[in-house]
Amino acid sequence: MSAREEVLARIRAAHAAAPPPDLPYATLARDYRTTSELDHEALVERLVDRLLDYKALVRRCSADELPDVVATALRERGVRRLVVPAGTEPRWLAGLADDVEVLADGPGPEQHLSVAALDGADGVFSACAVAVAETGTLVLDGSAGQGRRVTSLIPDYHLCVVLPGQVVADVPQAVRALDLTRPTTMISGPSATSDIELNRVEGVHGPRTLEVVVVEG
Amino acid sequence: MTAVRPSSPVLLGMPALPTSPRGTGHLRGDESFPDAARRSLTDTQLRRNLGKATRTIRGKRAAVVAELPDWEALREAGRQLKVHTMAHLPDYLVQLEEAVTARGGVVHWARDAEEANRIVVDLVRAAGADEVVKVKSMATQEIALNEALEAAGIAAFETDLAELIVQLGHDKPSHILVPAIHRNRAEIREIFLREMADVDPELSDEPAALAAAARRHLRRKFLSAKVAVSGANFAVAETGTLAVVESEGNGRMCLTLPETLITVMGIEKLVPRAQDLEVFLQLLPRSSTGERMNPYTSMWTGVTPGDGPQAFHLVLLDNGRTAVLSDAQGRDALNCIRCSACLNVCPVYERAGGHAYGSVYPGPIGAILSPQLTGIEDNASLPYASSLCGACYDVCPVKIDIPSILVHLRAEHTETYAAEHRVPSAEATAMAAAAWVMRNPTRWTLALRSGRLGRVLGRRRGVIGEVPLPVASQWTATRDLSRPPQQTFRDWWAAEHASAAPEPDGPGADGPGADGSEGAP
Ligand code: SF4
Repeated sequence: MSAREEVLARIRAAHAAAPPPDLPYATLARDYRTTSELDHEALVERLVDRLLDYKALVRRCSADELPDVVATALRERGVRRLVVPAGTEPRWLAGLADDVEVLADGPGPEQHLSVAALDGADGVFSACAVAVAETGTLVLDGSAGQGRRVTSLIPDYHLCVVLPGQVVADVPQAVRALDLTRPTTMISGPSATSDIELNRVEGVHGPRTLEVVVVEG
Repeated sequence: MTAVRPSSPVLLGMPALPTSPRGTGHLRGDESFPDAARRSLTDTQLRRNLGKATRTIRGKRAAVVAELPDWEALREAGRQLKVHTMAHLPDYLVQLEEAVTARGGVVHWARDAEEANRIVVDLVRAAGADEVVKVKSMATQEIALNEALEAAGIAAFETDLAELIVQLGHDKPSHILVPAIHRNRAEIREIFLREMADVDPELSDEPAALAAAARRHLRRKFLSAKVAVSGANFAVAETGTLAVVESEGNGRMCLTLPETLITVMGIEKLVPRAQDLEVFLQLLPRSSTGERMNPYTSMWTGVTPGDGPQAFHLVLLDNGRTAVLSDAQGRDALNCIRCSACLNVCPVYERAGGHAYGSVYPGPIGAILSPQLTGIEDNASLPYASSLCGACYDVCPVKIDIPSILVHLRAEHTETYAAEHRVPSAEATAMAAAAWVMRNPTRWTLALRSGRLGRVLGRRRGVIGEVPLPVASQWTATRDLSRPPQQTFRDWWAAEHASAAPEPDGPGADGPGADGSEGAP
């Protein structure tokens, strides 16, 4: 018998020996919250509050101000070499100073930045798919402007833009808005460890600094 | 030869299902719990480290759990999802296999630790690699994969900071979530100076400096690794999606940079549909690190052209899990999502430390899971490593009734020994382990008076009563006990630890390892 057949046979034998209770999937309890009474403004407030709690940096602006705010954030951070994923809205980077070199991560494998190029960059700019107010979580799913998973991982600084329509209340709303079969990364604050005497240290292997621009409107 | 579980009343007339084989893996200790615990009790540094850690995480967990008005509804949803999944496990495993295969992954099945290790070794060799980077994973610790790789001439690099500390210290993990919790910063500095070739000799013992040293040490490894090995916290049967929950980004490095990714996962890690993750992604981080969400959660489905590893292998591991499944009373132990909340509330774990349990699964969950995976005769003292205070049940995000399973396993142990006329008797083992609680008469009296003990004992009166109750009556017969206050043990414990307020400095411990760590997480 193959290992596959044997493991499946063992499970069936276990079930025969001790018949498990059957709870049909459709009847499983789902009494937890899946809707929120908070209005959009309150959700944004909560998102910002939770992001700050996670030691992310936060800027808030209108859609019109976005290019200036992005440029300012990058300048204040001293970012000279910026990774920009395929599909990024060109207008968002319209305010970039001339001395910022844009490292474009192309749409096809031939135009992908090498790991060495990513490692040599100062930061990465990205959009997101969804932001979860209750947990301060940004979700990237690799669609336009969000990049391959490595682009938001290797540079030490990550600047992420959240648009008004992307803010949801909680995890169930986020999961329901997403297609989890896309390569998906949920990000809550910068990389962190508490492995040494439970002291929290930001920045181990992922970006040490996460900055979020929350667009209001 | 595979070790076989002793005949158990629930398996009348049926051949017993094989448990995890002896000789491979880290599920059995070299000595019994009471012996190991007696030694760790004398280690005051260990107890101080552990006490601080469990107190801190306890407080953070309580605070973020209190934030959610629907916590109990989430727990019940999590429990029911797990119960449902276990009842349909063959269907869901086959569905997972089909979905992963359809998305370009390859699924392997392993009866036990030896077979899983062989599969991984062969895959690494086939990829032409002689080293792998690893995400913290309970399943690969369980099967001692690092040792098997090493024996095959393949170097395995643990990349989670705590696992790195444990590995460089030639040590064993002592906690599911924070495996190096028994080490303080001075010890960690010593280990780094001794074991890291590229370390700055002026390295200080500041946590930030130590973390930075680990970052430098592993960076090149990450950027050049060809093969990574991970666990999985969850796998979605319907879509073939796998999820790993972590904090440092080492998980993301391993899951996205190498050409080949090998994930080793216990067959119990399934959820039926992607939407079900909405339940567990709320339960796990809050129970585990006391955070609203861990810094990073990665999800991938098979292979995505142009993004991440272009070869993906999923190894589905039994290694005694089907034996656990065959026990109607014990099988809920398979529902565990390795959050480690039960460790942090356990008065016995807090004093004994993780090493005393002799298994990669310490604490209350270890006390019920390890003996079931190995067969009770190989871990006979573990079900007694508890005061039955019930705190573990209260915090468990999937409502595993650990106290009842402990009592059930004690009964099974008694029956096994009665049948085989072997010594030492269950009572002797119980006595030794119960000394934990009995060392303090008030504590023991309170434990007995708590309604919980009565409840769990009542479940199989006459069988289970033989073990703990005569012990108690013999003991109390020769000792004067002060009149107990009108307070349960749980209440006493809560009051005693009222100082466990959350620390003000934001989110706490590191993310749960992949599959705990699958760990972790
Ligand atoms: S048994 Fe323990 S580790 Fe497992 S889910 Fe419950 S509390 Fe968490």
